[in-house]
Amino acid sequence: MNHFLASDSVIEITYLVATMLFILSLRWLSSPATARRGVFAGEMGMLLAIAGTLLHHGIVEYKWIAIALVLGTIIGVPLGEVAMTAVPQRTALSHACGALCVTLVGTAEFYLRAPGVPRFVMGVLAMEVILGSLTFTGSLMAAGKLQEVLPQRPITFKGQNFVNLGLLGVSIVIAVLLVADPGKIYLFPIIIVIPLLFGVLMIIPIGGADMPTVISLLNSYAGLSAAAMGFVLNSKLLIIAGALDGASGFILSVNMSSAMNRSFSNVLFGAFGQEQPSSGAGAGADGQEAKPVRSASPEEAAAILGLASRVVIVPGYGMAVAQAQHKVRELYDALTKRGVDVKFGIHPVAGRMPGHMNVLLAEADIPYDKLLDMDEINGDLPQTDVALVIGANDVTNPAARNDPSSPIYGMPILDVDKARTVMVIKRSMAAGFAGIENPLYYLEGTLMLFGDAKQFVGAIVRELAGPDGHG
Amino acid sequence: MQMDLLTSLYVFMLAAFIGFEVIRHVSPLLHTPLMSLTNALDAIAVVGAIILAGEYHATHPLLAKVLGTIAIVAATSNIVGGFLITDRMLKMFKSSRPKK
Repeated sequence: MNHFLASDSVIEITYLVATMLFILSLRWLSSPATARRGVFAGEMGMLLAIAGTLLHHGIVEYKWIAIALVLGTIIGVPLGEVAMTAVPQRTALSHACGALCVTLVGTAEFYLRAPGVPRFVMGVLAMEVILGSLTFTGSLMAAGKLQEVLPQRPITFKGQNFVNLGLLGVSIVIAVLLVADPGKIYLFPIIIVIPLLFGVLMIIPIGGADMPTVISLLNSYAGLSAAAMGFVLNSKLLIIAGALDGASGFILSVNMSSAMNRSFSNVLFGAFGQEQPSSGAGAGADGQEAKPVRSASPEEAAAILGLASRVVIVPGYGMAVAQAQHKVRELYDALTKRGVDVKFGIHPVAGRMPGHMNVLLAEADIPYDKLLDMDEINGDLPQTDVALVIGANDVTNPAARNDPSSPIYGMPILDVDKARTVMVIKRSMAAGFAGIENPLYYLEGTLMLFGDAKQFVGAIVRELAGPDGHG
Repeated sequence: MQMDLLTSLYVFMLAAFIGFEVIRHVSPLLHTPLMSLTNALDAIAVVGAIILAGEYHATHPLLAKVLGTIAIVAATSNIVGGFLITDRMLKMFKSSRPKK
């Protein structure tokens, strides 16, 4: 059992220092001012731990280790260089890589130690490979959906939850059988294959808007499986790193699910994406004819924005799709130059992963102290002259606040309807992701700006630049 | 053996509490870098993979070598990619207030 880290107190000390650096790393990440120091601490901890491990006297051959480290670096560099818009799928992919590593090591450990695996170790080993396998395929599916290689539309079938829970149940039963008798080596492949399948089925019914929750959940699973691996290998460093990652993913999952007004158990059992009503499209089309909407041209929008003193911009996934963040930055500059106070209101689930919008806007050079989260900005919105919604829909839907019959009733939203004027840039009146009609668009103070987000914002910027900018 | 496991459980519990406390204070602004950083740190699993691939195994030597090597590749790509992208993201976060 104790063949891992059997000796050398030097190695143990490198692990101890690495652990400390990891905790400091996350501690420093709490504020943008110290965050980069946090990355540095993490890197140092990692280097130290790897160097310490390479000193391990049990290692008899370095050739394959060296090849693998080089190969991993070659793959890792481009993964670190992806465009900011591709960060959600990159993150999903890295959850898959982490889970793959854990599953492979767990599998090898089982076959090396079988049939004499102690019961407790067998239990955590089973947890390690079950979580690892389902996180692996689940994350690959999520990455595929985000990269639009796979259909993004939720795919549902009858009895889906029943099948999923059944599969999970079967793998748990097999795991229990293995714990009861770790000598039943032939059972082991089952607790890899079934969770692999479960991972695929778990993500199939997920739509794009649920991705922030799902990615956080997979993050948590990846962490827990690594912690389980720590138990198997009796490595405190790994237990701690896994627990930190698991805790982080868990907190983010809870944040995301409460920001969507879903209970955590609803998320945990993969039932998300299921409750969406399918009636949306038809109802939306009818409502469109019945109620008038007011629309405005870029010229009119620019005139109103130019006269405002406080503007709040609410970005959503649509902004990322249209790649409009740099035009939004130009708008921010043009308005700020005129003395307009411009802030951004960011809903926790805007985009495809936690914090997605912040990263895109930071990339476009918008200062981070102008990016406010939902609770901060909602206090400002009643004193705001113009709320400009770019590519966000459900997170601004006042029905969540005042229509108990709405499927999103109770979901915390950005109260843009409290601003004096609301402007919504949108391609058409088609219903949003969830197929829920947004009464915001029919309010008296709402102006619809129909068009592509990037082009429309660009047109507003040209107008604001004034006659000399316009020729 | 039993003591080892018990100690490990204590370590796990305490680390989970530290994790909750530390991560609760991370601003929502930085949730994306948080996720990529924890991902990179989580790839510390590479130490297990290194030992698996490097040690001598009397039984299943090929299995250990092959799975260990692939596991190192997967984890290393996470370490390198994770730290790189986290730092790139954090570099972009600038304040409008000039630094002293």
